Amino acid sequence: MAGTRMDDLIDGLATRLQPVRRLRPPLLRAAVWLCALLLVAAALYAILGGNAGAMAERPYIAPAFVAALATAVAAAVAAFQLSLPDRSDLWALLPLPTLALWLALSGLGCLADLGVPGTWGASFVEMRECVLVILASAVPLSVLLVLMLRRASPERFGRVALVAGVAGAAAAGAVLMLVHPHNSTALDLLLHGLCVAAVIGLNAVLGGRLLRRTQERERA
Amino acid sequence: MPEGSGDGLVLPFAPAIGGALGLPYNAARPSPGGTVVIARTSVDADAGLAALMGAAQGGDEVAYRKVLHASVPLIQRTARRTGVPPSGVDDVVQEVLLAIHRMRATFDPTRSYEAWLSAIAKRRAIDFLRSSGRRSSRELFEPIAYENHADDTDVAAGAELRSEGVRLGAAVATLPEGQREAVEVLAYGEKSLEEGAALTGRSKTALKVNLHRAIQSLRSRLSGSG
Repeated sequence: MAGTRMDDLIDGLATRLQPVRRLRPPLLRAAVWLCALLLVAAALYAILGGNAGAMAERPYIAPAFVAALATAVAAAVAAFQLSLPDRSDLWALLPLPTLALWLALSGLGCLADLGVPGTWGASFVEMRECVLVILASAVPLSVLLVLMLRRASPERFGRVALVAGVAGAAAAGAVLMLVHPHNSTALDLLLHGLCVAAVIGLNAVLGGRLLRRTQERERA
Repeated sequence: MPEGSGDGLVLPFAPAIGGALGLPYNAARPSPGGTVVIARTSVDADAGLAALMGAAQGGDEVAYRKVLHASVPLIQRTARRTGVPPSGVDDVVQEVLLAIHRMRATFDPTRSYEAWLSAIAKRRAIDFLRSSGRRSSRELFEPIAYENHADDTDVAAGAELRSEGVRLGAAVATLPEGQREAVEVLAYGEKSLEEGAALTGRSKTALKVNLHRAIQSLRSRLSGSG
């Protein structure tokens, strides 16, 4: 009968019971990740000799920086909330307003420089540095986020990984603006858009797969 | 009944709504007074389950057993409400019990256990419906087999059968003594003519005649009034 089968299952689960470390509250975990973001930003700033003062000289950079940072924080909070089974799906919408603001401000920064020499493209060296900064911040921060999210609720792997990708990309954008404060050129914007899309896409594909694999290992 | 399951439909809503909005457990606690009394006890039961699950996270096997047993009716209810057919409820319950085990670290004992459980159970139930939908789309079209398959839960037919039984019982009670005896021994008791004769002390022929008359009068009475 179904009753005894259920009893057997409960019995089996109870005998196999191991103490587990309860997950810390999502806000606390987001704060830990934010600390890592600040560390990465400080390290890159020191290594590459950033010039944050230059931010004030150009319009849109400072607000775009704030918007990107806010997007990273909001997306990290949303990812940690979504990773718990009993939290609302609506958390996924949290980073959207600041994300839209960040992208709009980047676009405006680019438009403001129209007509100024160099609007249509940075030098190759500058571009290489941009990509390096983005990779050096996005990769470790995304990996850390995926590691912290590995016990996510399996029904929402895809969504959690997507939001985590937004967090990683926005963090990279904020670090880039801090280290390299110039208004985006059209090429910059395109490049950045590609990098952001790549980080989000990689996270969604790899992140989802990584999350699933860790779960399956734990299940075994 | 395990605790937390005896209070009907009121139980899961308050904590589930609070949980879905991301409110802490206490925010979903209904205000005291009047009709909310039932919900208050269920909230207390929920808090009890949350405490048990908290202990289970620490490795308390007894608490874990209790919380899993108490979860079964809650999962069944969520599964039924999501539209899982009775034949699939057990499968969903098993899946959800395994999911509880895997995801037990994600539970926060300061929040509602039922909201946590029902969120997991609902998604598993939807998964079940999706996969059974896929299965049925590959099945053959067999109208005769479908017609011949007895429903798992035909409540209406069951009720009709019961009321037919009541009518028949009433009609049998009004039969003359000999005929009623024949019906009770041969039809209800499913005895053979020899056994019936031995039991009642009447001849086999008398029993046979009485049963025949009883069936005739029952037929005319029931079809007449039906």
